Amino acid sequence: MSELELRAQAGAAGSGPKPALRRRRVPRAATLLALAFVAFLAVAVVAPWLLETADPNAIAPREAFEPPSPAHWFGTDESGRDVYSRVVEGTSASLAIGVAATAIGLALGLALGALAALGGRVLDFAIGRVNEVLFAFPGILLALLVIVLWGPGPVTATVAVGLSTAPGYARIIRGELLSIRDSGYVEAARVLGHGGGRILVRHVLPNALVPVAALATLGIGQAVVWASSLSYLGLGAQPPAPEWGAMLSAGRTYITTAWWLTVFPGLMIVFTTLATTVLGRALTARDGGRR
Amino acid sequence: MSRPSRPLRTIVLRLAGAAFVLWAVATLTFFAIHLVPGDPAQAILGGPGSQASQEALDRVRSEYGLDQPLVAQYGAMLGRLVTGDLGTSYSLKTSVADVVGAQIAGTLLLAVLALALAWVIAVGLALWSSAPGRVARAVSGGIELTAAALPHFWLATVLIAVFATGLGWLPPVSNGAASGLVLPVVTLAIPLAGFLAQLMREHLLVALEQPFATSALARGETAVGVRLRHALRHAAIPAVHLSGWAIGYLISGAVVVETIFARPGLGRTLLRATELRDVPMVMGVVLVVALVYVVITVVTDVVAALVDPRLRTAGTAR
Repeated sequence: MSELELRAQAGAAGSGPKPALRRRRVPRAATLLALAFVAFLAVAVVAPWLLETADPNAIAPREAFEPPSPAHWFGTDESGRDVYSRVVEGTSASLAIGVAATAIGLALGLALGALAALGGRVLDFAIGRVNEVLFAFPGILLALLVIVLWGPGPVTATVAVGLSTAPGYARIIRGELLSIRDSGYVEAARVLGHGGGRILVRHVLPNALVPVAALATLGIGQAVVWASSLSYLGLGAQPPAPEWGAMLSAGRTYITTAWWLTVFPGLMIVFTTLATTVLGRALTARDGGRR
Repeated sequence: MSRPSRPLRTIVLRLAGAAFVLWAVATLTFFAIHLVPGDPAQAILGGPGSQASQEALDRVRSEYGLDQPLVAQYGAMLGRLVTGDLGTSYSLKTSVADVVGAQIAGTLLLAVLALALAWVIAVGLALWSSAPGRVARAVSGGIELTAAALPHFWLATVLIAVFATGLGWLPPVSNGAASGLVLPVVTLAIPLAGFLAQLMREHLLVALEQPFATSALARGETAVGVRLRHALRHAAIPAVHLSGWAIGYLISGAVVVETIFARPGLGRTLLRATELRDVPMVMGVVLVVALVYVVITVVTDVVAALVDPRLRTAGTAR
């Protein structure tokens, strides 16, 4: 569940009169917290050893299943490995899946959305129907369909998540492009006699840039959640990889005895989603103020 | 002004659209199976590792109609679907429709209860966050945002850790008793509630700026009264429209939730079938979920078109 779905679905909420989702102002404190968390993630990707308190792969069977303590902030797992250090170590792998899935979804969504908005009525109608069909596979069902056909694994999971997010992107991008196409400045350019190509390059694309960047930011959070859900179910990245979803999947066995094995890696996913949502909204709000 | 044919036209268009979506979903899933590398006959006999003999493969091919041309298989599949036959499971060797029929009630119960709870929480949150006052807005906005960001698997784990393992109030697995239903329903409801609350608040704030809200205030209606008696209806309409999507989303969430709480149902069946690469079973479940989604969406649209006079001129939904 994410801001991205909210926008895709809110835009489709029936045929009634629909006020556009407001460009909400984001409290400064929330933006700063989100930026701080993103900075933490960035360090965890580039130089994880700066944040780790122990070797993420060092096995210490005698210290297995220790609850969180000053020595092991997030506790230890079944092999006595430090969960906090493993969470830090797993940041790059987890974000890589999220970013790659977002790239796939966004690229498809951009292509479909642009064709629908700018390619004439027939294409718009056809893509609208394709989208309607894809929306009939809610949540991770489309991803499960892809996985049953091509087999589980991190690559399939990434592609599957990318495909399942594409219709949402397409719908939102179509809306954004239509609002730009029908805007006063594009009409002015047309009246001035500028050609379609020039209007596209000089007016439509620059104005679509920030909304698309905001979408991509929002999308990473959703992609990380879906990819980790698949990993949690054992269909994505596999243990013993220190990827958040795989850690969750390994911890699933001990769900009633060692809650910290799933709660802390999951918390990273929750914070990542929150941070991307806040930043995506802040970008959207800035864009709204500019227009 | 009086064009009685409009709602009828809307309904007919909507039904045609729904039929198209179902046909497209069935076609898409059918051709996806046949585009995939790998021999279905081999999969039926237990995968490439089973070293099935040529006679066995031939027998299975003729049994399942796999030796027919693709177009004939496609036609036969459509014919079977119309009669409610979803094919035969590779792993269980039984009718997919029977399995789905046996599992769907439990999942729908879970989804409907979660939807109801989500609505109660969402209306409360939306009313609170539309209240004047920056602190109330910031806090309730933060709660909505966080609730919507919680992944089901994480929420379920935390709820089990607190209410089952920690406090011991509720069972960690669904044992058939009503108390076993509480944690799964809450897990599914909270993220959806955060989502619906954000949607409702948007529309609530827009409705509160409308002339009818001002005139109600001028008539002496209180701030709470305007929200409850006037604005809330407008805020609820878009959320009602999303019921089909919400149920589909909840069934998708049931894959995780039923697995964690060891609850039998469509979601767990779907996960098992995905793990075993039981293509007909996954296709069958996905088709049924798509059917549920389409039916609820059409019903809510048609009801809305009949009830809300503004929608009669709006044409079909996009």
